[in-house]
Amino acid sequence: MSDTIIISIIMTVIGASTPILLAALGELVVEKSGVLNLGIEGMMLIGAVVGFAVTLTTGFHLLGIVIAMFASTLSAMLFAYLTLTLTANQVATGLALTIFGIGISSLMGEPYVGKTIEIFSSWFPASLAEHPQLRVIFGYSPLVYVSLALTFGVSYFLKKTRAGLILRAVGESDISAHSIGYSVIGVRYAAVAFGGAMAGLAGCYFSLVLTPLWSEELTAGRGWIALALVVFAAWKPSRLLLGAYLFGAIMTLELHAKAAGFSFIAPELLAAMPYLATIVVLALISLRKSSGLAAPACLAKPFKPST
Amino acid sequence: MTEQTDYRIELNAVTKSFPGVLANDRVSFAIKPGEIHALLGENGAGKSTLVKMIYGIMQPDEGEIRWEGEAIKVANPKAARKLGVGMVFQHFSLFEAMTVLENIALGMDAKISQNLLEDKIREVMDVYGLKLDPHRIVSTLSVGERQRIEIVRALLLNPQLLIMDEPTSVLTPQEVAQLFETLRKLSATGCSILYISHKLHEIKELCDQATILRGGKVVGECDPKQETSKSMAEMMIGGDLKQIEKEVKTEFGEPRFIVDNLSQDGEGDFGVALSDISFTVRAGEIFGIAGVAGNGQNELLMALSGETPSLNAETIKLDGKSVADQTILQRRKHGLCAVPEERNGHAAVVDFSLSDNAILTARDRMNLSNNGMIKHAQARKYTKDVISTFGVKTTGDASPAGSLSGGNLQKFVVGREIMQKPDVLLISQPTWGVDAGAAAAIHQAIVDLADNGSAIIVISQDLDELLAICDEMAVINEGRLSKTLKVGEASVDEIGLLMGGIHGEPSASQDQAENAHAH
Repeated sequence: MSDTIIISIIMTVIGASTPILLAALGELVVEKSGVLNLGIEGMMLIGAVVGFAVTLTTGFHLLGIVIAMFASTLSAMLFAYLTLTLTANQVATGLALTIFGIGISSLMGEPYVGKTIEIFSSWFPASLAEHPQLRVIFGYSPLVYVSLALTFGVSYFLKKTRAGLILRAVGESDISAHSIGYSVIGVRYAAVAFGGAMAGLAGCYFSLVLTPLWSEELTAGRGWIALALVVFAAWKPSRLLLGAYLFGAIMTLELHAKAAGFSFIAPELLAAMPYLATIVVLALISLRKSSGLAAPACLAKPFKPST
Repeated sequence: MTEQTDYRIELNAVTKSFPGVLANDRVSFAIKPGEIHALLGENGAGKSTLVKMIYGIMQPDEGEIRWEGEAIKVANPKAARKLGVGMVFQHFSLFEAMTVLENIALGMDAKISQNLLEDKIREVMDVYGLKLDPHRIVSTLSVGERQRIEIVRALLLNPQLLIMDEPTSVLTPQEVAQLFETLRKLSATGCSILYISHKLHEIKELCDQATILRGGKVVGECDPKQETSKSMAEMMIGGDLKQIEKEVKTEFGEPRFIVDNLSQDGEGDFGVALSDISFTVRAGEIFGIAGVAGNGQNELLMALSGETPSLNAETIKLDGKSVADQTILQRRKHGLCAVPEERNGHAAVVDFSLSDNAILTARDRMNLSNNGMIKHAQARKYTKDVISTFGVKTTGDASPAGSLSGGNLQKFVVGREIMQKPDVLLISQPTWGVDAGAAAAIHQAIVDLADNGSAIIVISQDLDELLAICDEMAVINEGRLSKTLKVGEASVDEIGLLMGGIHGEPSASQDQAENAHAH
């Protein structure tokens, strides 16, 4: 096998993994604060369609991305208002957010189906980005580098900063954090907003980098995979990176296998992904005590401060 | 005239009401610098609400709080800490999965580097003689050590007023002595202490002043050193305190409950293994199991009640029948009833009505169901019997268990089992967080049940309670049960040493205690 094939496989794998990594990083922070947002898929779709529409209209990728992140954050705030302020059930509200995201993105995306835009590609000079060997380092969309930086950023934030400590504390024991004097609801709002922005970014990666076009349910269940990944990574950013790339590799392999005429993942199984992922994630979270998983102790527990 | 005041903090006619309840009704008292001031009162008397307002967790509806002569508004705990108010909670506000250092850092408002904080922690621990490893994960610590985290956290802020909410309920006598020493050192530096407890002899020993609350109102102030425990208890409950009527027994009936070499592996990371537990309880006897929390009491209770059945049926014998492999329901049918420690969620389902909760454990013995169909009329009648016999304060059998105050719910869950007339009653922490009046009623009911020929096992961290009601007792430490002691012959010191580990390092860390066992 020649270098070029290996390089192209590596690049495909990283490309397929990046949106999962982005969305999962956001969800990890959300869950560390004690909130379970099952609406990633919906927020990703909102991000994807808004990012595509703005970029198509204005021609600026960055503007598209910023507005897309704003839009998905707005949808996350709706979730936050329902679950944190009104203490609605987080699982049900998250599922509703996904259904809402699928619906509204299809509606908003109607006029844009079939149109294409320029790929949001590497900012490095063509001599590096298209160099036969060096492109394995320089040939990615800026979002790939952003996702890596964010992985380290989130890890550093959670482990080393005071704000990260407070966020973990809120997810670990909301009542204790409240009695010491931290704003549990405030911290959770901020975490959910970050999760929303990251899901929007992940959505943009689909519509601006991977395809780059808009079609209904463009994200094809990747939000659910991101969700499952957070649990499998035991809420650790470094394992999240590993898990996302591993999953990207499987998807790429499947793609190549299909092209070669055989398939080892049934399409029905992929279609069932949302439901399977929800069940697996919820089961693993409830198992956390006996299995020794490091799940935040207050995950998905509504918090009502006494006044 | 001068604005100067002798008091560190004054409360003037502070009032707070919740829907349907007046929690604090024009409460006034004042604390001088360096004074150790006791706040006494039954459960539901409004002590917690009051200190929550001082600490800024709640806001008073009316009245004022003056801090060193100046009227202030404590908007939140942060503002309270800024003033110099520290608080050690009854239910610790700790984060189990984090280290001691991280937990303390979370309680600090100023930004401070971890290394500097660690130095400061060690300094405070030296001054007050508190021992802690800053890098241990909280879930591996004993309750006494956890409390030390809270105290260190509060002391690091150089408080002018330290609020202690029921601090000794989980400590060994030696740990209590050590805590008092710390508090006296602190008060000598001029820090005022507001000490909430229902253990009257402790208040007599430690406090300079006491304010007594009943039904949200101040009903008296006294110098605890001039009062007897009985006189203070009577002020607190507003009536005569019933003494427990218990005769010293020397003769008991046949052995009813025999535990023979019961061993069990510890579950998960934090479970305690039980090893070679053996004891016998005879008809009419009350057997006490003392020990510091987290030494295997929960595991033992679950093994004895049937929540975690054992494979070897022979290890537990109930009236001669081997039952160790039976489930909780089977054992209940054979006459073994149990009251676990945690009221909410373990002994009672908080969202269920009292009568539904009664059905859950009394179904078989009180015949509350018929071929799987619930007999609601009987269940309600039984529930009402429990409520009236045990004086449970509630609006009726349909009110949810969670709406009862802690002491009342405890009376209900204890009553629910006792009224089933069990042959063997297993009861853990019967009066945890329960006021003196209710505690006396529960103790009397236990003693009466024993007098009728039942065998009773009481697991408790409250040594006074065990000494008051038990005939014999043993101490559990790290999953091992000590030899059986006769109450009346064993000294508190001896029991305290057993609670701290065989060789008796009262303040010994877990590691030292383990070494002691390794010998």
